Amino acid sequence: MNDESELLRTPLHGWHVAHGGRMVDFAGWSMPVQYTSIVEEHQATRKAAGLFDISHMGRLIIDGPDAQRFLDSLLTRRIDDMTPGQVRYSLVCNESAGVLDDILVYQIQLPEGGLSGYGLVVNASNRTKIVSWLNQRRGDFDVGIDDKTADYAMISIQGPKAIEVLDAICDHELTSLRYYFGVMARVASFRSFVSRTGYTGEDGCEIICDAADAGIIWTRLIERAEPLGGGPVGLAARDTLRLEAGMPLYGHELSEQINPVQADLNFAINLRGREFVGREAIIEAQKNHQQSVRVGLQLEGKRPAREGAVILHGDEPVGAVTSGTFSPTFERPIAMGFVKQTAAAPGTPLAVDIRGQHHPAQVVPLPFYQRGK
Amino acid sequence: MKPEDLHYAKTHEWVSISEVGGAKVATVGISAFAVEALTDLVFIELPKVGAQVEAEQPFCEVESVKAVSDVYAPVTGEVIEVNTALPDSLEILSTDPYIKGWIAKIRITDESNLGNLLDFAAYEKQCAEEGH
Repeated sequence: MNDESELLRTPLHGWHVAHGGRMVDFAGWSMPVQYTSIVEEHQATRKAAGLFDISHMGRLIIDGPDAQRFLDSLLTRRIDDMTPGQVRYSLVCNESAGVLDDILVYQIQLPEGGLSGYGLVVNASNRTKIVSWLNQRRGDFDVGIDDKTADYAMISIQGPKAIEVLDAICDHELTSLRYYFGVMARVASFRSFVSRTGYTGEDGCEIICDAADAGIIWTRLIERAEPLGGGPVGLAARDTLRLEAGMPLYGHELSEQINPVQADLNFAINLRGREFVGREAIIEAQKNHQQSVRVGLQLEGKRPAREGAVILHGDEPVGAVTSGTFSPTFERPIAMGFVKQTAAAPGTPLAVDIRGQHHPAQVVPLPFYQRGK
Repeated sequence: MKPEDLHYAKTHEWVSISEVGGAKVATVGISAFAVEALTDLVFIELPKVGAQVEAEQPFCEVESVKAVSDVYAPVTGEVIEVNTALPDSLEILSTDPYIKGWIAKIRITDESNLGNLLDFAAYEKQCAEEGH
């Protein structure tokens, strides 16, 4: 734990402190873990609109004539078929298919023609690693690699009323914005990039704006969200939301010791007609029936299983929990973990060792939560 | 029991000591400050009746949505009763922490640490310093 004064601060740090945010060290940033109650913030997102300061996430710009070829050589999903404004979830792997990070790639084209290239949004904990990795792999590619994290802020608004709230202060009509696409738009009159993306399992948008404009945009959104039952949401509820949505979190379900096949992220792998770092190892991993795989677990009783808890099949240890919580939506403990493939089929009765006691659990399909369409 | 009349451990447990048949019995719970700081409690693992507990050592666990926290025994002795209503209605810990929210009764077998307990004023001061 770093000294609070040494932590990085987002442009909204002062707001969080002034509004009861309990600030914690998250990947070297001073971030609000919660404002009131985790369950209330979680439900505000599921039922109305949750607002998240995600400015701590890394924002990189990759441009230059070879930007597309360069990224295609490093990412598990193809870039060359992306269209302007499109956003794609992808993984960055090392040669042995270990996941260096999971990222969003944005194909950016400003109407003014000022900037053309790709935006990468990377995990805060992996930002310096990914910047080094990109530089290390640059070789003869003619590309620019710029870490613009400090120049911009990033706000996420998620929930069934998210679009309504944001649309009211956005000059672009958002109801027609397609999922995983973004547009340059003015939000509260400030130039922003708005994409229909998120990390909660809800409909919503993520807004990238100039750091200096974040405070006004945030306040305007809060003012409109609160009367509808929405409000600010801290990192703790962000975690319960993404867990219910079955989304992996780097450092838990993803790491350099885990490959994308194990993590059940086949949708984020595109092997056909491409070469990229880690491709051969991914092909090997696809044939490996010994490696453990990611599953969802539903536990009996009320006690949540936490990271590291051993998962048992009968008396045999078959894996471990990587994330676990008490699900506010289902009002019971849920978890994700990695288990042997022989214990991974939905319905398999397992147990989790929580401080010496075996709690019955069952493998269930992911995601736990899927919003109504 | 009024919070002003209770004693407190630095680790946020409250204690009310009474005489029962010549023995000192401590009724123990967790303070409103602690419950508020924990938020979103979902589970309690009560101590076992008959367990020997030692002052300033964990003797019970509570879990919130976010994390597990130990509850420390504020006195040394034997657990003689636990509040079996708690596991199914944890909200009592927030709504009535000092009466219905008691966790356990401990028959004190060693009084040597009782002097370490704080009175209400000293405990309030500590909470104010911790903020949150």
